Amino acid sequence: MIANHPRLKELKFTLRRIFGNPLAIIGFSLLLFFIAVAVFAPYIAPPKYEHNPYLMPHKGYSQTPRPPSKQNIFGTTAGQYDIFYGAVWGTRTAFKIGIFVVCIAACIGVILGVISGYYGGIVDELLMRIVDIVFAIPLLVLTMAIVVAFGRGLDKVMIALAMVGWRSYVRVMRSSILTLRELDFVQAARAMGVSNIKIMLRHILPNGIYPVLVMAFMDIGSMVVVAAFMSFVGLGAPKGYADWGQMVALARNYIVGPPDDPLKYWYAIVIPGGCIVLFVLAWNLIGDALRDAFDPKIRRG
Amino acid sequence: MSKLVELVDIVTNFYTYEGTVKALNRVSLTIEHGSSFGLVGESGCGKSVTARSIMRVVQEPGRIEGGSVLVYLDETDETKMIDLMKQSEDYMVDLRGNKISMIFQEPNAALNPIMSVGEQVAESFLFHRKQELCKKVLSELNSPDCKTIYPLRKLLQSIYMAADENPDSFGLKLMSKIPVLKWWRRRMKQEALKQSAEIISKLGIPNPAEVVKLYPHNLSGGMKQRIVIAIALACNPVLLIADEATSNLDVTIQAQILELLRELKQKEISSILLITHDLGVVAETCDRVGVMYAGNLCEVADVKDLFSHPRHPYTRALLDSVPKLSQEGELKSIEGNVPNLVTPPPGCRFHPRCPYRKGICSVELPELRNVGKNHQAACHVLPE
Amino acid sequence: MQKILELKRLKKHYPILGGVLRKKISSVRALDGIDLDIYRGECLGVVGESGCGKTTAGKTIIRLHTPTNGSVYYYPEGRGPEGRMDIASTKISALKRLGIRSKLQMVFQDPTTSLNPRMLAKHIIAEPIKVQENVGGRELEGRIIGLLQLVGMTRDHLLRYPHEFSGGQRQRIAVARAIATNPEFIVLDEPTSALDVSVQAQILNLLKSLQEKLNLTYLFVTHHLLVVKYISDRTAVMYLGKIVELGKTRDIFSRPIHPYTHALLSGIPIPDVEHKQHRIILTGDVPSPVNPPQGCRFHTRCAFSVDRCRMEDPDLAEVENGRSVACHRQHEMEKLVSDRFG
Repeated sequence: MIANHPRLKELKFTLRRIFGNPLAIIGFSLLLFFIAVAVFAPYIAPPKYEHNPYLMPHKGYSQTPRPPSKQNIFGTTAGQYDIFYGAVWGTRTAFKIGIFVVCIAACIGVILGVISGYYGGIVDELLMRIVDIVFAIPLLVLTMAIVVAFGRGLDKVMIALAMVGWRSYVRVMRSSILTLRELDFVQAARAMGVSNIKIMLRHILPNGIYPVLVMAFMDIGSMVVVAAFMSFVGLGAPKGYADWGQMVALARNYIVGPPDDPLKYWYAIVIPGGCIVLFVLAWNLIGDALRDAFDPKIRRG
Repeated sequence: MSKLVELVDIVTNFYTYEGTVKALNRVSLTIEHGSSFGLVGESGCGKSVTARSIMRVVQEPGRIEGGSVLVYLDETDETKMIDLMKQSEDYMVDLRGNKISMIFQEPNAALNPIMSVGEQVAESFLFHRKQELCKKVLSELNSPDCKTIYPLRKLLQSIYMAADENPDSFGLKLMSKIPVLKWWRRRMKQEALKQSAEIISKLGIPNPAEVVKLYPHNLSGGMKQRIVIAIALACNPVLLIADEATSNLDVTIQAQILELLRELKQKEISSILLITHDLGVVAETCDRVGVMYAGNLCEVADVKDLFSHPRHPYTRALLDSVPKLSQEGELKSIEGNVPNLVTPPPGCRFHPRCPYRKGICSVELPELRNVGKNHQAACHVLPE
Repeated sequence: MQKILELKRLKKHYPILGGVLRKKISSVRALDGIDLDIYRGECLGVVGESGCGKTTAGKTIIRLHTPTNGSVYYYPEGRGPEGRMDIASTKISALKRLGIRSKLQMVFQDPTTSLNPRMLAKHIIAEPIKVQENVGGRELEGRIIGLLQLVGMTRDHLLRYPHEFSGGQRQRIAVARAIATNPEFIVLDEPTSALDVSVQAQILNLLKSLQEKLNLTYLFVTHHLLVVKYISDRTAVMYLGKIVELGKTRDIFSRPIHPYTHALLSGIPIPDVEHKQHRIILTGDVPSPVNPPQGCRFHTRCAFSVDRCRMEDPDLAEVENGRSVACHRQHEMEKLVSDRFG
């Protein structure tokens, strides 16, 4: 336990730095709120279909959305799907998408970045050219291509995003490593005869991971937005699936209401859209606060 | 000799995450006309902060909390003094680079990499000496062998006469910002470039006419530092503050620059405030020395007196810990560490490391008192 | 005296690539052929200005850089001249296997960047030990505490991060790390340049006492001449990748021969008001190691160069016992300097 004390002190210092920023507190509270909603989803909105809680319940097939009422707290969208249910279970979907995609992309990106940056030479050149090619592929076009080839579904979208999403992490990690590689403590480790793998794991990675962390946090939000877009154009989640993007897609024809009351069906768009906005905002605020906390110039007075 | 700059009880604090760093704890010193004053101390003692407090360019999160900086620009009349702390920011902007200039340690950081060297020296003229330049341009325009065509010449003459009257008029400022109209400044800029070539030649740089067109990356470290000095001296300041200006340079280049500063002091500038941690540089270049420790001025004296009869225990320990040419035996180090200025020791800030400390040293901050001719030390004990 | 290392025509060039096909167009000749013998138990100082190659020399000797040319012969203790090994051409993995890696260590200049900010002091010092041997637990901790005490620190300092220490303490940890594997030879690359003046004295005294206690050989690289005078037995003066003067420190400081040494010594600011300085101000700037001048490298700034200096590069030749100078006019240099500069 004694060995943990200096690490605990470090952690406390870092946490204090992060939460010294009021925006970070807002972001973190929002995130906590979403986590709570996701964890307690079965209790907040009991699933109607036991085998697949992600199917939104609907009473009837009428296409017109109904405003919030006693049975449907947030109202219903086209096809009579309950918006409240969708919003709650959509939180789980959003977390799944964001974390899955970013974890895989970051892992691939970090490993390739470390290899490329540390070894340099021909390995570096080769990897960087491959990354250039991957960068040239537009994310959305690739996702559409994969979905068209393999059929629609949120899991296909996630795989497509992970396949391309690692490209920026490679570059960020590589640039971090290029600076760290020349620092004295890495040279000292080489002088001591420490093996390359150990140097990468123990010296370079812990010091160079910060920009990747910051990027990852902000990326989670972006990935959710991209997945929402995919669902909106009909290539992502199937109809009736509890996904925020899917819910916006359902209300596609009701964005603007009848001429005399254009905002009549606001709840069908604003509620799922608002969920996306707040979710992305939470991650972005935390990412921002992390970046300020990890900035070496401000870090140690 | 008459006083040039007098600092009285300067207090400067830095408000950081970890607390308030009490960087300067009532520092008072006097720099005279025509002398060079060396401010020595280790890192963290506050010598750079003192220089920046004189110019009021203390970085965030620092603030000057008290004291006054009295400047006696008129050598003959001591009553005509100005307190820089009470002046407006506009006055300070006019003063910096003009009456008091400062040069820093890293010439790479002081020079703009995308402007030619001549342009950077000329910047100083263009900012502070607008009227002089306008007059020169006018005299050129009015001279009989001016080659510009008549209507253009008339236009330029009228613009420059207006500029001469009131260089900061709104109309001229506006014209300087709009892309095509700011062509009117071209003559002024050329004149300024000519003047900068003159200044550069005074600094012992060969081929000034060509050097003026070069960029900082074409020059070596010593040359860059000379250009930085040229920028500082462009408008003939009364005081030049050199903040560790030679610390990054090689020994032979440092010798060149110090020689240059010595020459310049006789011909161009009146006084120099040299900030350094190198006692050797101070011994060679300065007339008077001040030793600082942890935000306090410990001892002030003429150079000869300080090195031959140091009175403050810190000065003694410092002189003993520096390797000398005729070094016999071991170097004596000072035990302990420099104090944390967020929670400095009470009383005299050096007392935890002082071999001569007494009871009173941990209670009361010692004031500077006379211990010899032009020699003051801030110590309760003052060992012989 | 026993030799521990011998450098023969050691060169280190860094290629400059240019053109579309990235071909080598020229090279930075950081080290351009140095010959040097280092004896056991001595402290050899290497002085020179920026670009002279002293740091490169230190790093190349212990194989942090691979030499372009030349050899570095290591004489293991007690084996005599036949047991010598050319570590310049040995593979790095072989060096580790033969245990030579742990005998040659280095202390770097800036203690802030030479320690991993994410590692505790304990792990920093344990690392070199764990690479060579399989020690663990109590025994390892005991050894680390012993090392800390050798450098003047205590066991309370074990579990702290580098940023919690002062500059002098960090440098002590770096020294402890360097002596952890019982090395024979340590390259000290400007170990006190980043420290305050008062702390410098502490570290220099520590290094001196460690050298006696542990029977170490030092290569002390610095640009600070007075420090070199205090700590080193012999001194080598380098200029643009070559050694221009070599000899006992006492002799070099009292009777310099090479004109560059004269200029260097006269340029030192002396913290002593009585000392009258005759400054030999060198004209011009240090030439770049990419294109060193033809012939003697110093001739562009030398006040005494003749035609021969412009054409022929002088070798480091022994002038008297233990003293070598690389200058064509070395025999008359003293008189020339005193005539010119008094």
